Amino acid sequence: MRFRDRLAIRVDTFIQLTLNGLTLGSVYALIALGYSLVYGILKLLNFAHGDVFMVGTFIGFGALRLLGGSSSPVVPVWLLLTLMTLAAMGGCALLGVGIERFAYRPLRDAPRIAPLISALGVSFFIAYSMQLMFGADLKNYDTFSMDNGALYFKGFNIGSVRVDLIRIITIGAAFVMMILLWLLVTRTRLGKAMRATSHDREAAAMMGIDIDKVIVFAFVLGSALAGAAGVLFALRIPTYATIGFLIGLKGFTAAVIGGIGSIPGALAGGLVLGFAESYTQGYVSTRWSDLFVFLILILFLLFRPQGLLGKADIRKV
Amino acid sequence: MGGYDDELTRPLEGALEASTSEGATSPAVGRDEWVARHGDNRARRGGPLGTLEERLRVVPWWAWLTLFVTAASLVPVFSDSGYVRRVAFDIAIYMLLALGLNVVVGWGGLLDLGYVAFYGIGAYAYALLSSDHYGVHLPSLVSIPLVVVIGAIVGFLVGLPSRRLTGDYLAIVTLFFLQLFLTVTTNGDDIFGHNVTGGADGILRLDPLNLFGHNLPVSSGGGIFNVAYLYVVLAAFVVVFVALRFVNLSRTGRAWRSLREDPLAAEVMGMPVNWLKLMSFSFGAAIAALSGTFVSALNASVFPLSFSFPLLITIYTMVILGGAGSQAGVVIGAILIGTLLEVLRDPGNSRVLFYAVIVLGLLAALRLSLRLAVVLGGLFVFGLVVHVVAGSIDHGWVNGSGGSGGQVADFMARWVVVPSAPAGWISPVSYITLVVMALILTLLRGWVRLVVLVPVLYLAAFVWENVMLAHPEPTRYIILGVLLISLMILRPSGLLGEKRVEII
Repeated sequence: MRFRDRLAIRVDTFIQLTLNGLTLGSVYALIALGYSLVYGILKLLNFAHGDVFMVGTFIGFGALRLLGGSSSPVVPVWLLLTLMTLAAMGGCALLGVGIERFAYRPLRDAPRIAPLISALGVSFFIAYSMQLMFGADLKNYDTFSMDNGALYFKGFNIGSVRVDLIRIITIGAAFVMMILLWLLVTRTRLGKAMRATSHDREAAAMMGIDIDKVIVFAFVLGSALAGAAGVLFALRIPTYATIGFLIGLKGFTAAVIGGIGSIPGALAGGLVLGFAESYTQGYVSTRWSDLFVFLILILFLLFRPQGLLGKADIRKV
Repeated sequence: MGGYDDELTRPLEGALEASTSEGATSPAVGRDEWVARHGDNRARRGGPLGTLEERLRVVPWWAWLTLFVTAASLVPVFSDSGYVRRVAFDIAIYMLLALGLNVVVGWGGLLDLGYVAFYGIGAYAYALLSSDHYGVHLPSLVSIPLVVVIGAIVGFLVGLPSRRLTGDYLAIVTLFFLQLFLTVTTNGDDIFGHNVTGGADGILRLDPLNLFGHNLPVSSGGGIFNVAYLYVVLAAFVVVFVALRFVNLSRTGRAWRSLREDPLAAEVMGMPVNWLKLMSFSFGAAIAALSGTFVSALNASVFPLSFSFPLLITIYTMVILGGAGSQAGVVIGAILIGTLLEVLRDPGNSRVLFYAVIVLGLLAALRLSLRLAVVLGGLFVFGLVVHVVAGSIDHGWVNGSGGSGGQVADFMARWVVVPSAPAGWISPVSYITLVVMALILTLLRGWVRLVVLVPVLYLAAFVWENVMLAHPEPTRYIILGVLLISLMILRPSGLLGEKRVEII
């Protein structure tokens, strides 16, 4: 094989892996945002977030079934995808509010370890409730049969690498949602209240900000994003009841790498994680990508615990 | 201001009693006098129960331990069923694991979510040191201490990157470590071409324990569990329990507690906070590794999936239920949860348990009162009415089989609606409705609550009979999850845990 051909294959592989990383990373970023929003305000590591994501994938699956299944939906495909995503976002937002109200709010003034343990319980409860109701088998959206595979066949080429429509949708939707969130947090009164609360909860309360409302809103936003991420993720990869553990772990790692509490940080962290996973899977081994992600996490915790875009935390006594 | 006089006089009484019962007027070295006296200022229960409690409090801990271990070692005498003995062994392992986790969570105040990975490391280390996998066959008296040291070192290393960080980061690092452990063991059959961990198939045909040159066969004739293993674990339990007891009373133990209460203050007082954290981590990891050796020796095999997230939650529930920080508490927690999980395996037993818990729970919450009678009577009538109505609409709705027989099952067949062929939507709809209504119930007060309680309980019985009995595996875990959440909210100190003394 001539050098030029080999180089071309190298470049194609690289583009393909970058594309994989971008798709995966945008989903991780959406999940990381949920962790960041809640952590920024409550300083609580919401272990149940990965399971909210899982519920999102299941709601999307249910909506797909209700609308006629992937091969013969009763609505056009674009509307089908929108409805699935909206259903998942709405359902997850409700779930998030419920979790906050019943599992975290009673523990808001408890020692720090208490809500963490409660969160573990919530995560476990949700995962196995879904397994109880819907079984432990894989739920496949079977996106390929939608519109005779149009989601996979349409798209454009970079060199000889196919960028199929489903990736464009995933990445595009994720970025649109992140921009919307960014605008919401920086441009609206509620966003200002959120930022103030995350800066100093007591002072914000004294300034007349309704802390409960802000916290509930953070859960609504974070959980809705997780729901959307769930549908976007499950479009390409089958889901199951206990998937939330691993995905949640990755999402939180992304949040920590990017700088927990920061919205651009969540995006950066998600992408770093997505790329890291994709490149190690492509160039090293599919089996050991978790190991590399873990090493990256450890390196960040050792040398830059505030993350890529976070601010160093000053402890006040 | 009725309580005013009490508050004034009680400390005095407490001090007097303390001086008469223990014969010492000053608290132990290193204990703040006020905090020491606080223990005697607890509101005491009146009546015979209170007296009993006082009497029991005087019994020293080693007497309890002896009593308990004697009772536990008599299990094989009273029951010759291999099943009961095996369950006793499993519960003894749970007790060891809970003791170890208590060091990290209860004393150190650190959230170690990689705990079962250390358990797994112990099991795998034992497997590699005593099997044909590498042809290494060390005697147990060499391999077990070696495994414990390995566990302690790995625990130390895992704690290392988190030394500067708050609890949340530690939690995520350890959780990731658990995931990594599973990845490595599952894919470890091909590490640069070497088969290290046997992959998903695990490592088989391990040596049995070998003490002083004698092999302890895993089964004593006819494949029945060898009781010697139960005694070995109980012996290890006693050693660990006593050792930890002394550690807790030592300087290190006090330092751990102060670290848990306020790491910043501990640091300001000149305590080597990072070192203490790493130490409690290592202690926990070593104990987990120790438990791992016994289990893998008895099973003669190790598999990656035995050390996953559900087991972690199980041990956490034991520690939290028993009371983090109390050694006796976590042991009781381990026994209770271990027994509960075993009982839930069998539909007949778990049905009895379910209704017993409901009735006893109502009794505990409402006492013997008119309200209790109203709720129980209402529940009874409500069920009968629903059953009759449903049966008259369509007989197929009520003639489903109630599983195994027995009087409880017979009664339930006339009271709970069990369709013979439930539609697919029934289980999610009824379950979600139950969860939502149970949550709403916690927001209601007064008579409304009692009125809503009746249909919720009936719905719970419906879900139990129709959905949960058919799926014991998720049901067990759902119960653990609910237990964890409600314990953290209602009684974070568990059964025997220390109540925090707030010093302002």
